[in-house]
Amino acid sequence: MKKLNLKEQFLDGILYKNPVFVQLLGLCSMLAITTSISNAIGMGAAATAVLICSNLLISLLRKFIPKQVRIAAYVVIISGFVTAVELLIKAYLPSLDRSLGVFIPLIVVNCMILARAEAFASKNGPVASVIDGLAQGVGYTIALLVISAVREILGAGTIAGIPLFGENFKPMIIAILPPGGFIILGCLIALVNKLIHTIEAKQKGEKG
Amino acid sequence: MFGDILVLMLSAVLIENFIFSRFLGCCPFLGVSEKPDTALGMGCAVIFVMTLASAACNLVYNFILVPFNLEYLYTIAFILVIAALVQFIEMFLRKAVPSLYNALGIYLPLITTNCAVLGAVILNMQKYSDMARGQSFIFSVLFGFFAAVGFTLAIVIFAGVRARVEYADPPKCFKGMPIALVTAGLIAMAFSGFSGATIG
Repeated sequence: MKKLNLKEQFLDGILYKNPVFVQLLGLCSMLAITTSISNAIGMGAAATAVLICSNLLISLLRKFIPKQVRIAAYVVIISGFVTAVELLIKAYLPSLDRSLGVFIPLIVVNCMILARAEAFASKNGPVASVIDGLAQGVGYTIALLVISAVREILGAGTIAGIPLFGENFKPMIIAILPPGGFIILGCLIALVNKLIHTIEAKQKGEKG
Repeated sequence: MFGDILVLMLSAVLIENFIFSRFLGCCPFLGVSEKPDTALGMGCAVIFVMTLASAACNLVYNFILVPFNLEYLYTIAFILVIAALVQFIEMFLRKAVPSLYNALGIYLPLITTNCAVLGAVILNMQKYSDMARGQSFIFSVLFGFFAAVGFTLAIVIFAGVRARVEYADPPKCFKGMPIALVTAGLIAMAFSGFSGATIG
């Protein structure tokens, strides 16, 4: 059995294999809901919860699920957890339910969750899978927070609802509209690419 | 009735375009848009599946989930219907229309996890479930069809632009996906010109 490496798994989830910035998974829901920080936190928490639960169950069942129908089995497991999370949000956080709308049930087809099930949970033990779910979920949430912070500051002049600038500030509405979402995400991915390149160049320099 | 359908068509295709204003179906939009031909193939497959899925899910909702008070299970029910439908279409096309299967075959499995299809079905349920059964069926099918047409329009336009961007020389860290996303943003800006339009 492979030795668990907590630090590496978390670094992978947050930076080197960040589901949004590097693997480009789960873009649809991400672009749609990152108009404010509160949305981002809600969506990140919901997706992380589903990811941890589905990773755990899939990794426990990995020896019983036949290979040919594995994708269908994963989708059923994931949609079960998504329904549970959706009902919980409807019951306890109705305002979050209104602002996320159709994107809560759409966590089912968030490619990030299916990709982790296929790439990690189906090959590793339950403990490693739960940690992987947590690391990837945290990476996803951080990515959502970064994008929504940029969009909220530019587009509304607030951060988590608190005004940042004086009354004369004219917000760039475009940043919270769909075109701004695409452009800001493109620029942030370029920035992360640059960051990873710099770190790698530095490590090479140290070794050589 | 005819006016309603016209309004539905314009808003589903242009004003509330699935990709540029609702962000549904971004994964295939970015994944299979390197060449206009493959983009068109994917678009046709989505039109096919989304229209049938809208019909099937409307029937499942009205005749199975509502009578048994199981509306809250809609996510599981719909994703199973879509997965089964895609599998069935694939088998049917392989036997009955091999030429169409060869053209669309590789895109079909990808559609199960296309959030545009599940999104369209859920939006149908939210918008039209209060109507009479026959009417909600017609509107759901039309919405599914026209939303998919809007998706195809967006992906084909984007593939055309992207084929040219390939030859451009952006800064190194922008190569590939980042520049494609910025391009998508610019096209979305053009599409947002429709967004103030109200009809009817």
